[in-house]
Amino acid sequence: MARIIAGVTSSHVPAIGAAIDNHRTGEPYWQRVFEGFERSKEWIAKARPDVVIGVYNDHASAFSVEIIPTFALGTAGEFPIADEGWGPRPVPVVKGHPELAAHIAQSVILDEFDLTLCNKMEVDHGLTVPLNLMFGTPKEWPCPVIPLAVNVVQYPPPTGNRCFMLGKAIRKAVESYPEDLKVVIFGTGGMSHQISGQRAGLINSKFDHAFLDDLTKNPKKLTRLSHLELMREAGAEGVEMVMWLIMRGALDDKVDEVYRFYTVPASNTAVGHIILANRIKGAKKAVGKKAPAKLKRAAARQKIQRIRS
Amino acid sequence: MAPAKQKNEKDYDDIPGTYVFDAERSRQGYHLNMFCMSLMKAENRKAFKADEAKYLDQFPLTPDQREAILKRQYNRMLELGGNIYFTAKLGATDGHPFQHLAALMTGSTQQDYADLMLRGGRSVEGNRSKSGRFEPKTTKSGAKSGVKPKTASKGKQRRG
Repeated sequence: MARIIAGVTSSHVPAIGAAIDNHRTGEPYWQRVFEGFERSKEWIAKARPDVVIGVYNDHASAFSVEIIPTFALGTAGEFPIADEGWGPRPVPVVKGHPELAAHIAQSVILDEFDLTLCNKMEVDHGLTVPLNLMFGTPKEWPCPVIPLAVNVVQYPPPTGNRCFMLGKAIRKAVESYPEDLKVVIFGTGGMSHQISGQRAGLINSKFDHAFLDDLTKNPKKLTRLSHLELMREAGAEGVEMVMWLIMRGALDDKVDEVYRFYTVPASNTAVGHIILANRIKGAKKAVGKKAPAKLKRAAARQKIQRIRS
Repeated sequence: MAPAKQKNEKDYDDIPGTYVFDAERSRQGYHLNMFCMSLMKAENRKAFKADEAKYLDQFPLTPDQREAILKRQYNRMLELGGNIYFTAKLGATDGHPFQHLAALMTGSTQQDYADLMLRGGRSVEGNRSKSGRFEPKTTKSGAKSGVKPKTASKGKQRRG
């Protein structure tokens, strides 16, 4: 059967994508950001997921104000890179996993999550920047990616609790898929930022660190955060952190924090990144292998790397 | 419970310097945002730059929205139903990096804004609410507990 081995969260700041595309990653400003993902790239190279589920939001690329789906799952075979006004980013086309996506769609809809299904959808920096941060700039992405676009542009986004529960339903769907697949789920966006109005530039590191702590140890607490509190404390656009709770809901209650990175700023945003791994259970032999076991030991030794600026 | 009153009183209106893009603003700003969306295409950007006023004639904008666009009043656009992810396309069409827009919206120079971000951004202290209700000094047990009663009324309020 397929199973979710880990979750990754990462900001998806468009300027990070621009820095990659314009070969500016070596500049000190950007080095500080990219260095924080070096260990993550090593980790995912070892974890070798067969599929990534990428939870992100569209930024007026695939969806305008004509149609605003709360949860839109990409069931296509591939997802072209959107032209966000400067030409499409020079990154590989995102290949989907239509079979698993269709299975997830069927399972979670019957579980009462009324998804919108997209057989044609372009994807923007919201999805491709985290792929770059985790996989670098390969000619082809190393595995299929199932995009799950969440509306966080028009208020109200789905509640944190709804997101968390959807994560649980996704997990159930994945675990009922017959093929042995290792799945890693990405929750993207955040952390604190506001890019609109006179309050633009807001950053709340204290809130962000507490959010990261709770994400690992006490995610239920985060599901009770109101949108009002999220917007007030983490910025109007910081509300997109509800997407991280889909990732978290798809994991075990108790997880190992493999890695964490936090820095301010990337353009207008606090960059937060965390890797959480499900603990290996005895029975799941087919998927086990060396890498996750090693990771578990590493985590047990409390080798949580924290880099803070 | 007067509907008109409810309509204008949203809990998030208490957040200073913030225009939450809700369903009401989305409806109000539909054509403004669709204009911005049209700038995703190179030929439209060209046509807009060639004659802004004429290009805008295609969109049934209100006179206020039209003026805000022509004068590049970014906060005003948000107030009139624009969404930042859409209005940013106008900024990009003008060839400006995003921090230029952020500087305009915050009434600072781009350099000052960039410096603010490098210093760790705008502090949340003193920027939580217009009423001052959620500042730590008034809710010593922490903003988190302070928000509870407000949250409880939130759902009811915004469905009005």
